[in-house]
Amino acid sequence: MMTKRVVCYINQFFAGLGGEEQAHVPPSSKAGTMGPAMQIDNLLGEDAEVVGTVICGDSYYGENMEKARVECLELVSAFGPDLLIAGPAFNAGRYGVACGDICKEVSERLEIPSITGMFPENPGVELYRSGTYIVPVADSARGMKNALEAIATLAGKMIRGEKLGAAEDEGYISRAIRKNFFHEVSGARRAVDMLLKKLDGVSFNTEYEMPVFKRVTPAPPVMDMSKATIALVSSGGIVPRGNPDHIRVSSAESYGVYDISKLDDLTPEVFESIHGGYDRVWANEDPDTVLPLDIMREMEKEGVFAKLYDHVFTTTGTGTAVSHAERFGREIGERLKKDGVDAVILTST
Amino acid sequence: MVREIENAAGIPVVQIATIVPIMLTVGANRIIPGVAIPHPTGDPGRGPEGDRAVRRGLLERALRAIQTPVSEQTVFKS
Repeated sequence: MMTKRVVCYINQFFAGLGGEEQAHVPPSSKAGTMGPAMQIDNLLGEDAEVVGTVICGDSYYGENMEKARVECLELVSAFGPDLLIAGPAFNAGRYGVACGDICKEVSERLEIPSITGMFPENPGVELYRSGTYIVPVADSARGMKNALEAIATLAGKMIRGEKLGAAEDEGYISRAIRKNFFHEVSGARRAVDMLLKKLDGVSFNTEYEMPVFKRVTPAPPVMDMSKATIALVSSGGIVPRGNPDHIRVSSAESYGVYDISKLDDLTPEVFESIHGGYDRVWANEDPDTVLPLDIMREMEKEGVFAKLYDHVFTTTGTGTAVSHAERFGREIGERLKKDGVDAVILTST
Repeated sequence: MVREIENAAGIPVVQIATIVPIMLTVGANRIIPGVAIPHPTGDPGRGPEGDRAVRRGLLERALRAIQTPVSEQTVFKS
């Protein structure tokens, strides 16, 4: 086997240039190893050689990301690498972001694998875990030895062209990618086994990990309904016929804002459901069964509350990334606040 | 979405949907269990009048939830 060419990326500190006072240094490179790259070279053994090290100040990268990305890519590329190893960055935020960013860029542009190491709460993890392979490491350089060994183990597999298995088996942080494969045990059997373990209080691994969710303090109630403006929001996929904003039927990345100020009823001639996650028969016969405009208008006319906000906000809530849903919520919330809306009724399917 | 609207606007957001555990998981603070997944705010099986009556009932409950002080996630069952 030909010896594979590895390039390492490190920051000013691990290159021995200095600490914060040198964090502004622009990218440079050096043939061969430097800092932790030396130990990586040793651990990789015969199969690979660290042919070069690229160095960049953390602040330089963080403050000039687009420029730094281009410059570092060029320096990495000049060594003709088969693999990039960045960091490890431990829990250093800027360094983590720089490592993740250059790894993702190099993997995309040069079509070679990349590995970095970060403490799981490093902000670089959430940003770049899908774009590279991130090995979980300790929160400080005290964990250097273990970190480099873990990185070198994963790197060795990549260098030898071995097929990588699930994140937890291979020792990297989940890239949020699911791969289908045939399991020798049926799903029903695995589910029952898991349930029995749960009942016995024995630890077990879920096959579908749920993300961690957040909470907000409940807002105070509306004191005087007769003066209140209320807005309707829905993730039930009710949009004007023809879906003018091209909201995706699932995994939505956008929402629509539609003027309903002149409507008393959502009729199938004007509105439809484009949601890809439920049977749309009823919603398409009467969209009010998902987005209840008709009764809200009726109650507004009766004076139960003062005003129905003159726009509705809708998207499809199926397979939608939490990060997108949070952004929709923030943007909608800011607009409603600006427009003096007092409360929201949000319907979901 | 429900959580971030409440957070950004500082106003009560009541969610009407059918799977209560999901509303609890996403962080809704005022929760109304809906009729069914494909028609949370209606019951077409009851005919036009029944359907509207169900919807009216749910929305009246939603308005009551909006006027109710809560200190934690609360499901308004009736």
